[in-house]
Amino acid sequence: MSRKFSPKVVTANDLLVGDVVYFTAADQWTRNHTEAELIEDEAHAQIRLLDASAQRNVIVGAYLADARAGDHGPEPVHFREVFRTRGPSNYAMGKQVGERPGPRS
Amino acid sequence: MYSYNDFDEAFVRARVAQFSQQVARRIDGSLTEDEFKPLRLMNGLYLQLHAYMLRVAIPYGTLNSRQMRQLAHIGRTWDKGYGHFTTRQNIQFNWPVLSDVPAILSALADVEMHAIQTSGNCVRNVTADHFAGAAADEIEDPRPYAELLRQWSTDHPEFQFLPRKFKIAITGSPNDRAVTKAHDIGLRMVRNGRGEPGFEVLVGGGLGRTPMIGQIVREFLPVADLLPYVEAILSVYNMLGRRDNKYKARIKITLHETGRDEIRRLVEERFAEIRPEFHGHDQALLDDIRAAFAPPAFRNAPVDAHTAAQVAPAYRAWADTNLTRHRNDQYAIVTVSLKAHGDTPGDATSDQMDVLADLARRFGHDELRISHEQNVILPHVHKSDLPEVYAALKAAGLATANVGLISDIIACPGMDYCALATARSIPVAQDIATRFDDLKLEHDIGPLKIKISGCINACGHHHVGHIGILGLDRAGVENYQITLGGDGTETAVIGERAGPGFAYDEIVPAIERLVLAYLDQREGPEETFLAAYRRLGLAPFKAALYPAEGAQDAA
Repeated sequence: MSRKFSPKVVTANDLLVGDVVYFTAADQWTRNHTEAELIEDEAHAQIRLLDASAQRNVIVGAYLADARAGDHGPEPVHFREVFRTRGPSNYAMGKQVGERPGPRS
Repeated sequence: MYSYNDFDEAFVRARVAQFSQQVARRIDGSLTEDEFKPLRLMNGLYLQLHAYMLRVAIPYGTLNSRQMRQLAHIGRTWDKGYGHFTTRQNIQFNWPVLSDVPAILSALADVEMHAIQTSGNCVRNVTADHFAGAAADEIEDPRPYAELLRQWSTDHPEFQFLPRKFKIAITGSPNDRAVTKAHDIGLRMVRNGRGEPGFEVLVGGGLGRTPMIGQIVREFLPVADLLPYVEAILSVYNMLGRRDNKYKARIKITLHETGRDEIRRLVEERFAEIRPEFHGHDQALLDDIRAAFAPPAFRNAPVDAHTAAQVAPAYRAWADTNLTRHRNDQYAIVTVSLKAHGDTPGDATSDQMDVLADLARRFGHDELRISHEQNVILPHVHKSDLPEVYAALKAAGLATANVGLISDIIACPGMDYCALATARSIPVAQDIATRFDDLKLEHDIGPLKIKISGCINACGHHHVGHIGILGLDRAGVENYQITLGGDGTETAVIGERAGPGFAYDEIVPAIERLVLAYLDQREGPEETFLAAYRRLGLAPFKAALYPAEGAQDAA
């Protein structure tokens, strides 16, 4: 029997800004992990990755990352993906303070 | 300092213009990412974990005040108000947006700087002793040679697609502060029997996945043969280097697989072939470059102010750790620590960069250096000016008296920024520094180099740290391996792995046990950690790191 498929989200970086983004069920990109589409099926995951990668002038480097259902939507599993949802640990910068790349406003 | 000639200026401006168009074509969709990526990397632009990152070369670590001020301006205008100085004498901006990068490159070109060859399989930024031109132990200032190598290697048509990246380091002093033995080519200035300066040439050093110490391929290379000889090494590497396997592509593996004697034979053969083609133009150019690196007009004045200021303990402590002997007795080399306890190693805010630029202009003959240890150096400060320099540094949060001590840690950006990282490095460095500051043991412990890398690629030089820490991903959890006894100087050694790794929340206590074991076992304060390790070997330190196992063995 094959291993059970672990759920995924499609994630990438925004082309213009470099910011971490997630693919929604409505084919949009969101900055918020909890708004991502949680993909429970392996074949569907591959198709969604193709759909996402087709938006090649919006994002860079789409890939599937492990995720699980949480109270407010999908949550990351691996620590690297946890860091990507919030930003660096040495400064209050990035998503954890609602900030995007580029100069501070 | 060297100034761009018309050719340099035109080349850098042309590259900015090209890249500006490439960015525009990427944004409007005419270029795909596959097409754009090699172009952006040629210009130092990476896509990292949270944002783009621009890596700017600081050739052989030398800057003037105008350049430092411009880096501050770039950080403020297009980034989040700071920059990160790296172990490769580069500065990295962690938050630029793509459409701003052409403006940043243009601003760099305004001060004769660029981000060319800070990525890719080419000759990278040539690094040098950060005390060059000021050190008391120096045979000759190595920077004219580094500049000659920079000009020769920039856009060199034969060496733009090497099997892998290529790093050259150079020192003019017998005391190696440039880690030359861990570079693809290490150049160490020596004198021959007739007293003439030349280079001992090492090849095949490198850290990363397969750490190796460079091997001597030429005991004495006359200065005039530098370019043809380095060209011969690269030419042999370009032919033999493994392009089939990225993990075997560095010259250290080529040397290991081919054997030093055979490499030496091939290099000498190639050298004999190309040497006659060098008709002296390179030496004429070198003379011009040398003139640009002429020593500053040193002042002659009393140094009483410095002597008087030492009654203040804080100033005295700073002077003891952060000053190095200058070749001119009235001067000192000031190392400005970018390692304030709890801060990020190598980071400087734009405001701090402005202060450093200002100090260099007013008190430092307009020179600054970036060290591979991620600190900033004012290489020429008259001792009478030191109290004023210290006061200004203190006001800017830059007077931490810890150079060479346990909190003067090298740390790569790790998983807080880097897409390649397998674990974080920065918070480990912050926590170690904070812990030993709390214990008030730092000065008692004395010279101790901790170096931390967040992945096997070893940008944090962990293999040559007296204590090295390597962050890995073990089954989805951050895990830290410790190596001991590494040394990055002229007596270079790769550290020895101490045993199983530690979890994130166990690594700082483990380092504490290790250092307390050292304090317990050393023969006296004059015996450094490294010396004690060499005398005692791994066993007592291993016992301190893994007390539970020792208890089990005893049971």
